[in-house]
Amino acid sequence: MSPAPDTADTLDQVKSFTDQKYKYGFVTDIEADTAPKGLNEDTIRFISAKKQEPDWLLEWRLKAFRHWLTMEEPKWARVHYPPIDYQDAHYYSAPKNTPLKKSLDEVDPELLRTYEKLGIPLKEQELLAGVEPTIAVDAVFDSVSVATTFKAKLHEKGIIFCPISEAVHNHPELVRKYLGSVVPYSDNYFATLNSAVFTDGSFVYIPKGVRCPMELSTYFRINAANTGQFERTLIIADEGSYVSYLEGCTAPKRDENQLHAAVVELVTHDNAQIKYSTVQNWYPGDENGVGGIYNFVTKRGACRGVNSKISWTQVETGSAITWKYPSCILQGDNSVGEFYSVAITNNYQQADTGTKMIHIGRNTRSTIVAKGISAGRAQSTYRGQVKILPKAVGARNHTQCDSLLIGDKCGAHTVPYIESRNKSAKIEHEATTAKISEEQLFYCRQRGLTPEDAVSLIVNGFCREVLKELPMEFAVEAQKLVGISLEGSVG
Amino acid sequence: MTWLNTLRSAGRARFAELGFPKVRQEDWRFTNLGALERTLFLPASPASALVAVDALPSVTPSHRLVFVNGGFRADLSAASERPDGVIIGSLAAVMASHPALVEAHLGQRADDAGHGPLALNTAHLADGAVLYVPKGVYLDKPVELVMIGAGGHEPLSWHPRLLVVLEERAGATLIEHHFSLGDGAATFSNGVSEITLGTGARLRHYKAQRENAAAFHLSTLSGRLEHDACYEGFLLTLGARLSRNEVRLVLAGPGAEAKLSGAYLLRGEQLGDTTTVIDHASPRCTSQQLFKGVIDDKAQGVFQGKVLVRPNAQKTDARQLSRALLLSDDARIDAKPELEIHADDVKCSHGATAGDLDEDAMFYLRARGIDRDGARALLIGAYVNEAIAEISSEPVREAFEALADHWLRS
Repeated sequence: MSPAPDTADTLDQVKSFTDQKYKYGFVTDIEADTAPKGLNEDTIRFISAKKQEPDWLLEWRLKAFRHWLTMEEPKWARVHYPPIDYQDAHYYSAPKNTPLKKSLDEVDPELLRTYEKLGIPLKEQELLAGVEPTIAVDAVFDSVSVATTFKAKLHEKGIIFCPISEAVHNHPELVRKYLGSVVPYSDNYFATLNSAVFTDGSFVYIPKGVRCPMELSTYFRINAANTGQFERTLIIADEGSYVSYLEGCTAPKRDENQLHAAVVELVTHDNAQIKYSTVQNWYPGDENGVGGIYNFVTKRGACRGVNSKISWTQVETGSAITWKYPSCILQGDNSVGEFYSVAITNNYQQADTGTKMIHIGRNTRSTIVAKGISAGRAQSTYRGQVKILPKAVGARNHTQCDSLLIGDKCGAHTVPYIESRNKSAKIEHEATTAKISEEQLFYCRQRGLTPEDAVSLIVNGFCREVLKELPMEFAVEAQKLVGISLEGSVG
Repeated sequence: MTWLNTLRSAGRARFAELGFPKVRQEDWRFTNLGALERTLFLPASPASALVAVDALPSVTPSHRLVFVNGGFRADLSAASERPDGVIIGSLAAVMASHPALVEAHLGQRADDAGHGPLALNTAHLADGAVLYVPKGVYLDKPVELVMIGAGGHEPLSWHPRLLVVLEERAGATLIEHHFSLGDGAATFSNGVSEITLGTGARLRHYKAQRENAAAFHLSTLSGRLEHDACYEGFLLTLGARLSRNEVRLVLAGPGAEAKLSGAYLLRGEQLGDTTTVIDHASPRCTSQQLFKGVIDDKAQGVFQGKVLVRPNAQKTDARQLSRALLLSDDARIDAKPELEIHADDVKCSHGATAGDLDEDAMFYLRARGIDRDGARALLIGAYVNEAIAEISSEPVREAFEALADHWLRS
């Protein structure tokens, strides 16, 4: 029996990366314009001035910063790390010579080469004549967006897809209306920090009744050392619209930990739908747990309109620490929230991730499928909340959390909170934990697969329910990642 | 006894430091003890309330110990013949007759720091019950503890301590009844149980709590199971304004087995909290949990169940299921099943559901000419009995079914 083509591909990839586990670990040598180290009101004024922001936004940032000073870093997640010195980092770093209004031709060739190396197409003209483009990319390099493709083509349909710093200038009414409306500046420690110092990120607005003709994508790259990345993404789907949005991220190999604290806000109006997919592949640290990104992210979507839908799909393979709970607030009647997650931790990685589904409207539905895989000395936690408020008549939730353990030094934990205030609501939660079955391994070994190939095959099968939710381009990449992330976990 | 005084003053100091738990503490986030804390309770004096012996519940011929407001009442208790070496008695009496035994075990299981109500119990340690079964002895008659609350004009509190020690291959059945006599001012029963099961020992432990609507009932059970020991527990909660059953079992020896089930039927403005922690500290242990709740009116059900598998506890098999039936628009359930797993060769699962009665099943019964109320009673009864069926002692199972049935029909 020969494995299915994509599985065979995975197996090949696993082999080809044996010596080069994290292939995105290179550094781009580029002159950068960097804020002095430290975090104070001057830093914020510096960032705001760099972006030539209006006063209201600066005030909002300062309000967030003053609030942040009164907050304490959360300690409830099952992650351990030495105290972070917030003064010992740069809060702004941008490649020099990036004009604010740029066309693709003006982008520094060194940057274009970087993205080419990362496998991200930043050139529109490379497409074959007559072939419709399937993906538009906003490339964020450290603190700024360096290029956005297919802006003009999207503009024809009335779609706005641009860096958020540009949206502040060109569409202030939209930004002002929605920024902080889902994740308020006072939300939590890391979201508040982000509100104070966010530098760039993507802004998407899909007008009424428009189905976005291509996938929109943001690629986040941390390059500079001793820099935190604080991006902010805001996506609004107006009545009856649809968009599929992808997010990818990588960072160089470094021995120091770097902080990444992003905020993503999604809003769907009546009958609108947002599909948000992430393949998170920040540098995870080496096999001794040195280095890696601290990924403390707040993602939340509000289904404001009736029949609207927000779907989160995430494949979390990178980062030394992941602290992330993409959530849905189901306000509109009949609105739908989905969360599909694969979290793979190996070596000394720690992941505390899950979701919140807050059912407010009638007949709101949510589905949660979370798969956690722990290997080496990693700790992986699913932490989720399903809350049914009294008015959510007929609400429905189904949750499935499965954990797979590889090796006896790792841990897998499940912490769901289930709170129902409505008798007509139906909630089901199931969780299982097991190791890779000896029988399955034996079966694969018997057919000539090496232990590593067998594990990769079985894990891919374990994650299938989630991986199939990803857009095609991402699904292939994610399958490869699953194999690579587990390198060296057996034997 | 100086050791006892030392224990008490340590409890006092710890309670002074901890106080009652607050909702911002993770373990207590759903259960607010504000109303309990605001009430000024007087310690109950050895009650002289008149209790007719035939008013006492009794399952089968048994060794019976009766307590009124936490104080032992020899006049109501029935001592019967017991095998050599078996000790059944009030804590105060056994402390006098077997001081070394009590000193060796008291406070051994329940010394977890950071637990306010437990520290409060230790601070007031005076009476309670002791069950000691020596090596190889199987006690065939069950031991019944009847804990009666007789509220007066003032709010009263008591803090009974239960000490159970089963030596190697010993066996026993223990039944607890908690109920109130009439109505009165608020009462606060704050019990602590310490259970030690030696190698191969087997304990069946059933508890029915139906105190009145003015009662606060906190109960903390801490148990340790050695090699191949087996604990079967059932918690039936029908009464009290606010109740919490907290069960912590450490499966300390390989092959130990815990079966823990329960049903909580709540109405009015009752709050019923079931919190369990099963600590798999050794290989090849199994744990099975099934909890079912029926919540009506403005009542609130809480279920928190944690399964912890320690790094060396390979071949663990742990299962847990929590189900809640919400019967009214104002009823609420908060559930937090939790898995914390540090070993890989394990099978662990939990499930939790919440919802109303199944419409299809209702329709099926209605189509057969059963009226709405009848069909509901039938379905709820069947749902609850599924949990009660976990009780392996037949007379206890029948008695608990009758109690649940009575609740459903009242």
